[in-house]
Amino acid sequence: MASETIALHGDHSAPSWSGGSEPFKASYGKLMMWYFLLSDAFTFAGFLIAYGALRFSMPSWPVPDFVFSSLPGGIHHKPLIFVTIMTFVLLASSFTMVRAVQEGQQENKNGVVKWMLLTIIGGLMFLGCQAWEWTTLMGTEHMTIKVNPFGTHTENGVYLEDGHDVKKGDTFKAGTSYLIHQHDGHFHQLAYKVADGPEAGQTKRLEFGPKAFGALFFFITGFHGFHVFSGVAFLLIICLNAASGLYEKRKNKYEMVEKIGLYWHFVDLVWVFVFLLFYLL
Amino acid sequence: MGHSYTESKQIATKTILVLGVITIAEVIFALTGKGYIINGFHMPHWLIGGVMIIMSVVKAYLIIYEFMHMKYEVPALVKTVLIPTLLLVWAIIAFTFEGSSWQHSRTKVHNLKSSTSVEHAEHK
Repeated sequence: MASETIALHGDHSAPSWSGGSEPFKASYGKLMMWYFLLSDAFTFAGFLIAYGALRFSMPSWPVPDFVFSSLPGGIHHKPLIFVTIMTFVLLASSFTMVRAVQEGQQENKNGVVKWMLLTIIGGLMFLGCQAWEWTTLMGTEHMTIKVNPFGTHTENGVYLEDGHDVKKGDTFKAGTSYLIHQHDGHFHQLAYKVADGPEAGQTKRLEFGPKAFGALFFFITGFHGFHVFSGVAFLLIICLNAASGLYEKRKNKYEMVEKIGLYWHFVDLVWVFVFLLFYLL
Repeated sequence: MGHSYTESKQIATKTILVLGVITIAEVIFALTGKGYIINGFHMPHWLIGGVMIIMSVVKAYLIIYEFMHMKYEVPALVKTVLIPTLLLVWAIIAFTFEGSSWQHSRTKVHNLKSSTSVEHAEHK
């Protein structure tokens, strides 16, 4: 039985994919990259399922235009601008990656190295932007995976005390978001009076937003950021290999560059959906 | 690949321009719909969401088919990758409905609790 199996499968010392046509007319490495990316899509889908289910299970959710509205240099209340810049950086790096692959098809070593270096710079810029965004959320706004100071009003009301950027007597409407600011290391939940509805006239304090928001945000953007980080590391290694002439010797049109290109575009693709779900909707 | 070097270069440039334009359109549409650009002008939530999702799917198509060269792979490979992905998209949508159902149950329990506490108060 055992000898039959060996006979059926042939000589094990032969290179892979020998003795027949390539499945799907794709090389072993490229095909496996596609299936790795598919399995990675499953992981991201797990995160996005958790996000969708939890978000829809909450009566209110922090409005993204309010949460993500700061820019470096002390600029505030500019919704979506910073994250749009991040999206453009990643898209641009995807384009430079395509160019690197195309130069590889031409067996043009200098072209490959040039465009790959530009891709690496794009990846580093994206990581820098994300570092700034996380620093602002954690350091200035005090959001953690367990504490979410971003909430959304569920009723109209009037503030009864002065806050960081609101004054006593200011009114607010249901559906708008707020941030509970910290004073001397403590969160200060402002008191307000309900303006209308069955509970009109009652005095309440601002409540923390859905707890899951912080954890979902940090885990999903963090997992994506980790992909960008690993991508930059791999790009760097492959760029150095290309520069050393390793792929030139292989005479396979820089297939390694094509494979890391697939990975890099996938990272961009995931960002399209993170951008949609976290920032646009 | 079926394209000459110059043709591929042109396709890549065109694709990145379209991707950039769609991204700008998405942001402008989202900000207009939520009333940031024209004062007092709002669009219904389903319209903003629907348009955003369609534009993102177009972006995904361009990235997968042009940048990742899925357009030039054999149909069987395309199917083995895209069919599982589409099932995942279905799972994500299905679970948002599940989430709404949790919210519904939670509100129901909350209302029941508050109505029984009122009854207790009346009995005293």
